Amino acid sequence: MSLEMFTQHLFNALALGALYGLIAIGYTMVYGILRLINFAHGDIFMLGAYLVFFTTIAFMPAWVAALLLGLTLLAFYSTFVGFGKKPPMWFWIPMAFSICMTGFYAFVAPMDFTPPWVLAAAFAIVVTSAIGITVDRVAYRPLRNAPRISALISAIGVSFFIESAAVVVFSGLPRPVRQPDILVQPIIFSLESITGNAESLVRVTPLAIIVPIISVVLILGLLWVIYRTKPGLAMRAISKDIETTRLMGVSVNKVIALTFGLGSALAAAAGIMWSLRYPQIFPYMGMMPGLKAFIAAVFGGIGSVQGAMIGGLMLGFMEIFIVAFFPELSGYRDAFAFILLIIILLWKPTGLMGEKLKEKI
Amino acid sequence: MSLHNMRNYICTALLTVILGLFLYYAENNLNPYSVRILNLLAINAILAISLNLIYGFTGMFSLGHAGFMAIGAYVCTLLILTPDQKVAMWLLEDMPDFLLHLSLPFFPAVILGGLVAMLFSLIIAVPSLRLGGDYLGIATLGFAEIIRVVITNIPSITNGSLGIKGIPEYANLWWNYGWLLFTLYFIYALLKSNVGNIFKAIRDDEIAARTMGVNAFFYKVLSFCVGGFFAGVGGALTATLISTIDPKMFNFMLTFNILMIVVAGGLGSITGSILGSVVITIMLEWLRIVEDPFSIGDFEVAGIPGMRMVIFSLMLLLIIIFRRSGLLGMREFSWDAVFNFFNRRKQEEWRRS
Repeated sequence: MSLEMFTQHLFNALALGALYGLIAIGYTMVYGILRLINFAHGDIFMLGAYLVFFTTIAFMPAWVAALLLGLTLLAFYSTFVGFGKKPPMWFWIPMAFSICMTGFYAFVAPMDFTPPWVLAAAFAIVVTSAIGITVDRVAYRPLRNAPRISALISAIGVSFFIESAAVVVFSGLPRPVRQPDILVQPIIFSLESITGNAESLVRVTPLAIIVPIISVVLILGLLWVIYRTKPGLAMRAISKDIETTRLMGVSVNKVIALTFGLGSALAAAAGIMWSLRYPQIFPYMGMMPGLKAFIAAVFGGIGSVQGAMIGGLMLGFMEIFIVAFFPELSGYRDAFAFILLIIILLWKPTGLMGEKLKEKI
Repeated sequence: MSLHNMRNYICTALLTVILGLFLYYAENNLNPYSVRILNLLAINAILAISLNLIYGFTGMFSLGHAGFMAIGAYVCTLLILTPDQKVAMWLLEDMPDFLLHLSLPFFPAVILGGLVAMLFSLIIAVPSLRLGGDYLGIATLGFAEIIRVVITNIPSITNGSLGIKGIPEYANLWWNYGWLLFTLYFIYALLKSNVGNIFKAIRDDEIAARTMGVNAFFYKVLSFCVGGFFAGVGGALTATLISTIDPKMFNFMLTFNILMIVVAGGLGSITGSILGSVVITIMLEWLRIVEDPFSIGDFEVAGIPGMRMVIFSLMLLLIIIFRRSGLLGMREFSWDAVFNFFNRRKQEEWRRS
């Protein structure tokens, strides 16, 4: 394989791996805290992509946007504040944003104005994270004390519910996503100084560079939340021992809701970037990336955020480079992840960075 | 044999005869659509019982049923197609000679489909049963996906993503219900025997069972393989009922439907699985009304395509949140319960008078 091809694949793998990593973080955080495989996570990822699509490209009536925002407000407010209590400071950040967006949609959107792309993405992320919180509230919280498999079946149910509801609401037809020109105009750079050949050019879309950068920024932000803030401390405590944490006066359910919110926000960000990079969205688009990202989370060691990112990158590199070196295997691309899963589960079930769990008797 | 048992045997035999008469009536008098639903119902019951054996009775959360079904369906189909059909249908690549001329009657083909599925479930069980709980679920789901991907990628044997059409429709009511009765009897006998007790012991507490000297791994593999066999049989019957198969058919959705039936009927209850498959199969057909346009009085209501699955998944959620034990829970339908019910009523009447 020539050097330019290799570089090209390298960029593709980096972008794909970063996206897998972003989704994997949502799985790993929820599994670390609740020991639950959140099957619906892949579909939350899909919702993120669809929300951006419907705010920027297709027409979304103002009342739908207002309704979504209302539900979002309700979800955030009832989860984190409770009615009749003084909200904490950080709560007002997404709140202020939502209120601004309501105003925006009520007064500006009817004047035939598509919101700037970044604003639409932020809107989608906030709404999606509220959906994640709602899923936890409705489908997982009633089952906290039930056997773990019941919660897993509930998660599968939620996943199918979101998918089939998406088929009804958005229609099952795949929709093309318009990519902003600035993101796909390829940058061409030369490798002449290395190969000595004037024709060794590498064409990379800005997207392939931006995606890993945004992912790293988001993950640094998440790590800051987990290791430097009070709610983050509570999250880590819950993942060690939920009962003791509750006894320490932590409102466990709120922290879990926050975890779902953060994970879903990352999934939405991943979904948006995914839809730009592979510009087609359909209701079942979250299924495969979701499963693969879960495998990445297991590979990296479930419960560890850094591990999820490393696992995602590994998976991305594996998928791109195995196919690059052995093109005849390209039909088996979807199977690689599962083979990796089975190998890792047999060889080191705790993953690369996971902590050893002792079986309690 | 005590009088008591005799009564139960006679009742079961009577019920079987009534079922037979009903099938005879259905075959001759009902329209093809109803007959098809009856067929589907039997196949779903076979699949649900086999999943219930693995999950409900042995406590292994397996999501690999679609994969075993795919294997059963493909093996059976390849065996019953005639060489001419194979030559005409295999467009992507030619079929190897030894497969081309391999041909068996329907019954051995189904059994062989089940056996090959069983072999694969053995291969899958040995590595993945070292895992427990939800990891096992994901690993088996992974295996099912791998099976699907492999089937898509070996067009010389499976005709790839084009699938196979025009499979002779052998699976009529008698075959399906015959297999259902056999499954029912086999699994019932298995669970009545000491092996069944061991399965339940492993489900309730594997470590305790191992402490008692049970070779838990062996029995888990056994349960998994028996479940795999009947899943393969179910797949073979499905293929010969609907007469077309392609790899896309055997996706996770299929496993989900069976899981839904098992959960709705009650984990750890065979009769629950049958009841679940009756209720769910009929309801899934009945829910088709929602997707067709219909009119209430003078209003025309446009059908909503896809609404069926929304209601279906919502139902699973409601069942798992509000009634986790399903319709029957872990209880079984038994003649004793029925007779006790009537006797109690009689006694109460007698007491009142």
